[in-house]
Amino acid sequence: MLAFVLRRLLVAIPVLILLVVVTFVLMYAAPGSPFATERGVPPQVLANLEREYGLDRPFLAQIWTYIWNIVTDFDFGPSFVYRDQDVNDLIAQGFPVTLTYGFWAFVLAVLVGGTLGIVAAIRQNSWLDYLAVGVSIGAQVLPNFVLAPILVLIFTLWLGWLPGGGWQGGQWQFVIMPVIALGTSFMASIARIARASMLEVLSSNFIRTARAKGLPGRRIILRHALKPALLPVISYLGPAFVGMITGSVVIDIYFSTGGIGQFFVASALNRDYGVMMGITVLLGALTILFNLLVDIAYAWIDPKIRY
Amino acid sequence: MDDYTLKVTLTQPLPFFPAVVTYATFMPTPQATIEEFGSDWTSPGNMVSNGAYTLAELAVNEYFKLEKNPEYWNADEVIITEVTGYIINDRNQSVTRWEAGEFDMMDDLPAGTYPDLLAQYPDETFSTPRLCSYYYAINFTDSGNPALQDVNVRRALSYALNREVIVDQVLKGGQSPAFNFAHEATAGFEMPEIDYASWSQAERMERAKELMAEAGYGPDNPLELDLIYNTSDSHKAIATVAAQMWKPLGVNITLSNYEWQSYIDIRGEQNFDLARSGWCGDYNEASTFLDLVTTTHGSNDGKYSNAEVDRLMTESRTMENPNEAYTQVEQILADEMAIIPIYHYTQNFLLDGDIRNWPMNNVENNWYIQDIYRAASE
Repeated sequence: MLAFVLRRLLVAIPVLILLVVVTFVLMYAAPGSPFATERGVPPQVLANLEREYGLDRPFLAQIWTYIWNIVTDFDFGPSFVYRDQDVNDLIAQGFPVTLTYGFWAFVLAVLVGGTLGIVAAIRQNSWLDYLAVGVSIGAQVLPNFVLAPILVLIFTLWLGWLPGGGWQGGQWQFVIMPVIALGTSFMASIARIARASMLEVLSSNFIRTARAKGLPGRRIILRHALKPALLPVISYLGPAFVGMITGSVVIDIYFSTGGIGQFFVASALNRDYGVMMGITVLLGALTILFNLLVDIAYAWIDPKIRY
Repeated sequence: MDDYTLKVTLTQPLPFFPAVVTYATFMPTPQATIEEFGSDWTSPGNMVSNGAYTLAELAVNEYFKLEKNPEYWNADEVIITEVTGYIINDRNQSVTRWEAGEFDMMDDLPAGTYPDLLAQYPDETFSTPRLCSYYYAINFTDSGNPALQDVNVRRALSYALNREVIVDQVLKGGQSPAFNFAHEATAGFEMPEIDYASWSQAERMERAKELMAEAGYGPDNPLELDLIYNTSDSHKAIATVAAQMWKPLGVNITLSNYEWQSYIDIRGEQNFDLARSGWCGDYNEASTFLDLVTTTHGSNDGKYSNAEVDRLMTESRTMENPNEAYTQVEQILADEMAIIPIYHYTQNFLLDGDIRNWPMNNVENNWYIQDIYRAASE
């Protein structure tokens, strides 16, 4: 197991380096410059700026310095647009925001979605099942950019219960709507996957055997059916996590939370090379890490899987 | 000269110099603070500024909070003690949040929403002049369509644009149709009397068709032009409408849109026939607009060049009353159709009814919070 984890972490290094290089190339291939404005910048000033930010150096040297600074100092360099901010500062400001509501959205999706799916499977074809399936299909077809304005309309404008955006250090009333808007469609997917896989497990031979032995229903579900039924859910968590990261871009922009997604989009539009690279590397590393965690969880739940 | 006086010696007279120094480039920066904190000098707690408020909190892309500056020379008269600015990406969302009472003022309104909001909040929806002009730049270089070298074609394009339709039915924010370049509300600026401004649109259209025919183009022999604009709903709407208005002249427009950074590159390299442009005054004086059409100006993206315009603009700088020169320049621009003016901007915003003394005639859209106050709710 340990060898497996180490091997995966070792493979992650070239993947990340490749990510840096490809992003660097794409970024520089895009027209425009972080220093371009409609007013025009005098050539001497532009030259000074480019020297200050190292853009006058050869391309490979820039990539090398960039990677080297990350490895040695964990320094992602300066922002090219917010001239008084380092990328580390901006990530330190934005990432906890995204992580907070992302985490709660994840919890919401897994707990509510999982429960809904499993209960629906156990009570198949009852009103509870129809309700759960109805809710999850409804939630699935509502993308976050549609759900968010609906939530704001109801809770901010009509009821006046929740602020329509902002973050304010993550007070609960600012967190609720981002969590619901981000988590709902994943909750629906998880509910559907959990229901389908629970139904399959419940009709399998070993459950029939358990029933035949006269085990109580609750024990069959919790001890025998739950673990195998959760396997497909767990394998979905990897893509779900990536989906949440991309979804957070929409949430950050809509709710103006000051989270990482907002910086990500702004950096691409502003050609803020530093911020764009920093967030790409961060999200890349997180995706690799999360997929690793999912694989480990897999091995832990399913004894048939050995690494 | 002393602690409170700065003396500037100019190499030549410049009547509007005081207006120029209001531009951000001239704002004083505290050398000692910058040397002490480096790039952190703008952080709350470090930043030294000289206004009525100091920076208390800052979350990039989320909000900033200002507090009343007790050291301000006129601090006794400052009523509002705390100001919070929210950065909201989605304008429709910010209207909703304003409606929910989360803040007092919201600027700028989403395109086209002004009439509805005005009907809903007649005392809280405003449209005031804003010192910016919207125009299409014409490419005068070799990379542009050669037909654009013909003044008849350029005039026809301008005449055929129904600016009333653009401001009243597309933008709907109280903008005014433009037939000249400098904004009508520019301080001290006398609006020139442009011939075709006084014609009816039917007359303009008729003249436009004649001019195109003289130039050898028409529905039977169409002229193909590229019109570029940067990504925005209202630029797209205007470009689409303009292309329709040019159709009867036998002009076929290919529309291309680019996101902003690519756009500046493409426009700056003259890769267009017509390019959506806008210019906001750096200071409140007409030269901030009219300098742009001089040969060497960095933002003269159409590369229009006229020795007479250059001479007049150079001379205007030292004139006691430069309006005469400005009028001449505007006449030349209209005769030669150096650019296609479209409209003069307005600022459309929502302001809570309890807020008093908001500057309504501030064309540069600077807000002096130290002057405003909140009336006690009845």
